[in-house]
Amino acid sequence: MTGRIRRGNLDLVLEPGETALEGLLRGGAAVPSSCRAGACQACMLRAVSGDPGSLAQQGLAPALREQGWFLPCMSRPTGELVIQEGPPPAIAASIAEVTEIGPAIVRVRLEPDEELSYRPGQYVQLIQGDQVRAYSLASSPAEGRALELHVRVHRQGRMSRWLAAAAPGTRVGLRGPAGACFYTEGRPEQPLLLVGTGTGLAPLRGIAHDARRRGHTGPIALIHGARDPAGFYLVDELKGMVDGSGNFRYVQCAMSGEPSEGLEIGDLTQVTLRLFPSLKGWRVFLCGSPDRVNALKKQCFLRGAGLKDISADAFLTAEMPPPPLRTPANRTA
Amino acid sequence: MTSLYDELGGAVAIDAAVDIFYRKVMADDLLAPFFDDVDMERQAAKQKAFLTMVTGGPAHYTGRDMRRAHAHLVAEGIGDAHFDAVVGHLAGTLKELGVSDDKIARVGALAESVRNDVLNRDPAV
Ligand SMILES: Cc1cc2nc3c(=O)[nH]c(=O)nc-3n(C[C@H](O)[C@H](O)[C@H](O)COP(=O)(O)OP(=O)(O)OC[C@H]3O[C@@H](n4cnc5c(N)ncnc54)[C@H](O)[C@@H]3O)c2cc1C
Ligand code: FES
Repeated sequence: MTGRIRRGNLDLVLEPGETALEGLLRGGAAVPSSCRAGACQACMLRAVSGDPGSLAQQGLAPALREQGWFLPCMSRPTGELVIQEGPPPAIAASIAEVTEIGPAIVRVRLEPDEELSYRPGQYVQLIQGDQVRAYSLASSPAEGRALELHVRVHRQGRMSRWLAAAAPGTRVGLRGPAGACFYTEGRPEQPLLLVGTGTGLAPLRGIAHDARRRGHTGPIALIHGARDPAGFYLVDELKGMVDGSGNFRYVQCAMSGEPSEGLEIGDLTQVTLRLFPSLKGWRVFLCGSPDRVNALKKQCFLRGAGLKDISADAFLTAEMPPPPLRTPANRTA
Repeated sequence: MTSLYDELGGAVAIDAAVDIFYRKVMADDLLAPFFDDVDMERQAAKQKAFLTMVTGGPAHYTGRDMRRAHAHLVAEGIGDAHFDAVVGHLAGTLKELGVSDDKIARVGALAESVRNDVLNRDPAV
């Protein structure tokens, strides 16, 4: 049976293989999206009747799933799906500060109007006008109510360029938190490996501090990957976490440049496996570039880390070029 | 008779078995191309269902499900050699978990019973 979606005045039959998101956009609905792969939750909508499919609810908090929230970019309904109008509830926040902390990387501090309950390493959806994007939380509730994001400014990026230029006091919307990339208590002696590229460092910073704050006693190794040695940021803070105990290790890995103490040159996956040839019993966190994250996830698993002990957030961005919007053509079955 | 699934310790033990089994399959050049899925959780879930079934756990598979689930792999060229390799890794996994040889043989027989469905062949062939 072909899928059919209804939302407000919109009533259309999906084409074979078409997602609910593609159908909604074809029908002229204004639904935000970014990754179109179920990773950012920017497109989330609520089904009031019908089945969006289990794939479309993967990664959503159980409470959201129960209420019918789903990700239209991952939904290929086979029956009729009635979708509620309007976006998911959000809280308001003010941009408190935007600081350049690396090459084309800004730290954005947000003051939410209401306290957000989250674990460092999870991500939020930032809402600005009709754009919604996922950003990971580098901060911790233990540091206060303010949220800290690290944002790479993409040359053509709508949200990232807007954020980089935003004046203090500017209002944005926030949703979340989401994601399972965070420290879990229960095994304080378990060794932790944190590997990230670029602003993938944001959640890892949050996780490393959180682990220590919660009394983690096992070794923690953080490997930060960048294209070249100029791309590292937060260097002083991370070096400051290395103490005499040898329990915290900080390694930089660049694709090109001269190797030196604490700086490895080469492919991030190769370097990681060379430094950590056996990961049996380890807990692994991987964040940043989807290619790197997926390659590392597979290799860390093959080197002995249990699949349930690997948490990964691939920072999927919108595809280039954005899919063309077809003219609105509401079709009634 | 209690199933090997229960003897092993149910779902928790199967999770451990999936990790070992999946790792063996991924390290096998013959099989890796068919099991290399970016969504590793989805792949692991399929393998969990398979391991649950062949150890006599609560699986709800029909021959038709088996055929449908593997049709695309058959189209891509899997055959007896691949099936044998999978059964070999299955035995190796159970051995690593300390399962006795006679029980491994029992699991092998259960796996054998779905060979034709997995490879989308008539039982008579
Ligand atoms: C779970 C999750 C967590 C994330 N966390 C973070 C985070 O902590 N920090 C962070 O900086 N980002 C993070 N991202 C990525 C973020 O959500 C946005 O996708 C990113 O900021 C780009 O948004 P934009 O609006 O600036 O670009 P868009 O306007 O969406 O993109 C504009 C154009 O630029 C292209 N483009 C975008 N990125 C690239 C690229 N890397 N190379 C080449 N072209 C590109 C796009 O294809 C598009 O055509 C995360 C993503 C996910 C899914
Ligand atoms: S989850 Fe649907 S667009 Fe990212």
